[in-house]
Order: sequence, then C-alpha cells, then structure tokens
Amino acid sequence: MGLPALDSLFGQVRTEGRTAFLPFMTAGLPDPLQTVECFEAMAEAGADAFEVGFPYSDPLMDGPTIQLASARALSQGMTLEGSFKILGEVVSATGRPALAMSYANPMFRLGADRFAGRAAEAGASGLIIADLPLEESRPVAEACDRAGIGLVLFAAPTTDDQRLARIASHDPVFIYGVAELGVTGERASQSDHPRTLATRIRAVTSVPLVMGVGISTPDQAATLAADVDGVIVGSALVRRALESPDPIAEIAGAVRELVAVLSGREVT
Amino acid sequence: MNPPASGRTGSRLERPDQQGRFGEYGGMFAPETLMPALWQLADDFAEAWGDSGFVGRFHELLEKYTGRPTPLHAADHLSEEIGTRVLLKREDLAHTGAHKINNAIGQALLAKRTDKTRLIAETGAGQHGVATATAAAYTGLECVVYMGEKDIERQALNVSRMKMLGAEVVPVTSGAATLKDAVNEAMRDWVRTVETTHYIIGSVVGPHPFPWMVREFQKVIGEESVRQLQGEPVDVVVACVGGGSNAIGMFYPFAGREGVELVGVEAAGHGIETGRHGASIGAGSPGILHGARTYMLQDAEGQVLEAHSISAGLDYPGVGPEHAYFADTGLARYVSITDDEALEGVDLLSRTEGVIPALESAHAVAWVAKEADLLRDKTVLINLSGRGDKDMDMITARWDRV
Repeated sequence: MGLPALDSLFGQVRTEGRTAFLPFMTAGLPDPLQTVECFEAMAEAGADAFEVGFPYSDPLMDGPTIQLASARALSQGMTLEGSFKILGEVVSATGRPALAMSYANPMFRLGADRFAGRAAEAGASGLIIADLPLEESRPVAEACDRAGIGLVLFAAPTTDDQRLARIASHDPVFIYGVAELGVTGERASQSDHPRTLATRIRAVTSVPLVMGVGISTPDQAATLAADVDGVIVGSALVRRALESPDPIAEIAGAVRELVAVLSGREVT
Repeated sequence: MNPPASGRTGSRLERPDQQGRFGEYGGMFAPETLMPALWQLADDFAEAWGDSGFVGRFHELLEKYTGRPTPLHAADHLSEEIGTRVLLKREDLAHTGAHKINNAIGQALLAKRTDKTRLIAETGAGQHGVATATAAAYTGLECVVYMGEKDIERQALNVSRMKMLGAEVVPVTSGAATLKDAVNEAMRDWVRTVETTHYIIGSVVGPHPFPWMVREFQKVIGEESVRQLQGEPVDVVVACVGGGSNAIGMFYPFAGREGVELVGVEAAGHGIETGRHGASIGAGSPGILHGARTYMLQDAEGQVLEAHSISAGLDYPGVGPEHAYFADTGLARYVSITDDEALEGVDLLSRTEGVIPALESAHAVAWVAKEADLLRDKTVLINLSGRGDKDMDMITARWDRV
C-alpha cells in the first residue's frame, strides 16, 4: 500500500477512462466497533480509495453532519491512537489506498514527523489536513516526504489561476478541488463552481484532481465525472452512519450508486 | 518585578512577518477557500492604513461618533483604599460601552471601502456583537452575529441591543456553546459567503491579517493614554486578556519602554488547579486555534478544551498570537484572577469610584487590589475595557443565591 498504490490508482483510472470514488467516513462511525466493517462494505461496493476522518473537537471546515459525527466519535472514546489503528485496519482489510484526514492542531500536537510516520506505518498513502493551506504546508510536506507518503493540497473556487499554478508546482499527491463555497455538507443543488474549477485546474496541471465538498448525489457526481480523476463524498454517507437503523447496508448501497455513475456501469 | 521565565527580552514588532507571524506565533491556518480573501484583506488593510483619507475618516468617527478620546481618570478613592496610585483608561465610556467599537468601526469602514455588503461577527459577552451591529447600522451594511447559546442566556441585554440595531443574532449550539464555538460558526459562514461578506473578528485572534489589523485599530487606546499621561511615568499597565484586543491595544504603545511593566490578567475561573479556567498562557500550551499558532487550552491529543469564566468575554481557550509572542519574549507577563476575585473587583470599583466595570475588566481591577502590597508606591494604569450593565442580571442572581 502506501503512496505507490494511490499513484497507480490514478494511472489506472485514466487508462480505463473512468473516475475514482473516494468515500469519507469518520473513524468511530457508525460505532467504533463497526468502522472497519463499514469501510470493507464500501470497498465491496466498488470504492477505490478512502478518507479516514480523524475526529476533532473544532472541525471548522465541516458542516453539521461531520461535526456531529466527530463529536459522537469523541464522546464514544475515539482517540488519535484509535484513529491510526482504524486507518491501519482499513488499509489491510480492504487492500485499497487510504488517506488520513485531520486538522492542523492534532497533527502538530503529535508533531508533523510523528503524525506522518504513524500514518505511513498504518499503510496510509497520504494526509489531508483541512486547515493547512499552501502557506503553512512546508513542514508537513517535508515530514510526509520523509515518511514516504503524500500530502494533499487544496484548490477552491476562490483560488485564482496564478495561485493554482503555484499549488500544482508543489506536486501534491493530488489536488483536492473544493467543489463549492462553504463547509462540507449536502446541498440540494449544484453551482457552476465545480466544473469551472475543474476546467481551470486542468488548464494548468496534470496533477490528479479529486473533487469534494457539496457533492452528495449520483447526479451531482455524474456531472463532474468527465472533468476529474476522482470524487469524494462524505456528509451524505456520514449522515447515513449517524441516522440509519442499518447504516452499513445503506452506505454500501449509496456507494454502489455513486460508483456506477462514475465508472459508467449500470447499477446492478 | 519578575523577569520573564525564559530570561529573554524581545522588542515589539510593528508588523508580523511575511507569513503573518509574531515570532513563532500567528500564521494562516485557514481553509484554502479563505486564503485569497485573507491575502486580499491584508493588502486592502495595508493600503487603507497608509491612506490619510481612510485614517482620517477612522479617527474622525472615533471622535465624533464614539466619543474618543476616552478619559484617563485618576481613581483617587480606589487609590486611597488600596494604597496604590491607580489611573483608569475609561473605555467603558466609549459608545456602546466598551473598546470593541474601535475595531468594529475600523473594519466596517474597510468593508465599505472594499464593496462588501454584509458583515458577520462572533461575540462572547455581546460587546463585540453590539459594536459590529452598531457599525453595520451606521454604514448601512447587513449584519449577522453568531453567539453561543449559553452566552445568549447570560448576556440577554446585549442580545436585545443587537436586535434593536437590526442585526440577526444566530444562536450557536455546537461545542460548549460559547465564544470559541461562535468563532467556528462565523468562520463557517465566511467560507460560504466570502465573496460578499467581511468577517469582523472581534479580537486579536484568527489568521493573519486579523491579529495585526485589530491591534492597529485598538492601539488608539494606548496612544491616547500616553498623550493623556503628559509625561507622568507609569510603572505598571494592566489589562484583562481573553483574546486580548483591549490589552494589546493598551500594551502596544508601551511595549519595550524602560521601567514600564505590562501585565495581562487571564481568567482563572474556578481556580487554575480545578482545570475550569480560561488561562491559555498561564496554563495552556502552543497549538493552532482559529487559524493561528498561539497558546491554547488543549489535551494531549490536540483536542481543544472548553474554557471557563464567569465573564463571557474571557471564556475562550486561546489568546491572540501577539500575546503569545509578548509572553515568550518577556514584553508582558500574564497572571490570572478567579471568578470570585473578579466579582470582588466589580464591588470594589463600584463602591469606591462609582464605576461598575464589566466582569472582564474587573479581572484587571481585582489583580491590582490583590497585589496592592507589591504595587505600593507605584503608579498603575488599568485599562477599564468595558462597563458592567450587561452583567447586572448575573451579578444580582448571585446575590439572590447568597
């Protein structure tokens, strides 16, 4: 696993002419004992790679759904140690690439080198740190390099072309295209932002582009499929983990529908 | 008095460095969506602050609209009672009842200049919310204020004032439902609305350029004090510290001056040893909160801890990054005062001077009274950052219990 597995995934989807699907789930959801099983079910439903959300007390890039998931996971005793353990089990149980998603404070509290090292030991391919923009990324990028994993950088609808080029020049493992303005969460409608941003990013770099934030339905994913290398869906799945009486089956069903539109296959 | 623990002394920084840092503190730990707006804001502010038209308009409004300069009042009766000469910088007499209006006016003018149509703010005690609602009413901008549900309860008067001024007050229920969570919620709003909205952060916290810009708008407090002293030396300058905007506004013009000690008073809440306090410098550690590296309250895994203070404005688990820099370099030292001591401070100042201070400001008064023996024969300047009307319900409720 590790970084090469993620790199080769992007090579593979480009060759196959499809779009990768990278679902997000908070470590500790639907409950701490079922998280790994949930990721396994998403893998069986066709997910290509995963984001494992490390619960944090103050997730300011997250909307109410993932905030609630973080708070619930923490109140049920999920720890940093527990999150790394789940990350490792997800990688070994699914045999697919996974990234740790966290915030700057827990990451720097442990230390960038130790955090990246622990993620690498767990078999992760990289880190996504929601409040770590390019300006603050250097010590973390260096720590990731030393650990042999990748660091994801973001691009948003507000990022101008000059800044896009600078972000791309740091050669992140992929660019996380923030599809919509605002924090994570489901949206009833889609703006022009995601397609415009994808076009602008494609014009300046061939670094893999994965989009998330505000993408929750198969229709929303379908409109972007041709423009990106991968799609991330988080809140729509986390909501099911929080609310559904049979969360794993429902999440697997939602993943199957999303994978179908992204791969051009029919839902079976 | 005591030398800094580190033994180092530094000098104040006119501006943070290119990365928005005061030494190792500050920076820009913000989602990418906000980064272009933060850089734009830094440029816009630098440009406006160098424009005599803008600066002139700012000072004109401070004078004609908010009533500056606020008096420097020799608190002779208090001085007599505690045996130390005390001067009070009367920010409680500024329009809306606290120093917060300085920053709100400055940022609202900047928002207007940069064609923003909507202002958002977080508020703890409600003073910054009222100041922002006031500035919004005056400049004709839409205004939304995020306020923790718990603070809405304990600062009801200010909630009514904000509504009267035309602002929408949005209750925040996440986390501890206090100031920290209100900042989170305002940031989340801004990530969505950044193209049309300016976020008037209420203290010297947040990502660059906020700590620098807010300090620039608040340093009028210290600059006026220097002028009003007319050369009379002061030995100690004292201010309460939550996020720390009144303190940095008072301290900055004095920082590094020979013979002047700067003392920031944090909230010790129920007592530092109980863990229920708001002493980020006194009992916290460096971390990243609300976009800046600074001292904060956190656990071993970097989860943010809830602060506690009877004073909503000091009920915050972080502090402005420039204070972290002042603490490490010995430019200021930071102490703390408990809830009970602060209440005694309210009583003392009301009784001796006929001035009811805000619970926040009462922390500074209480520290001076507590350390009166050490301060004997010195001249002490206290920044009386706000007035206590907003706290009367809570204070009288405590009388009833006793």
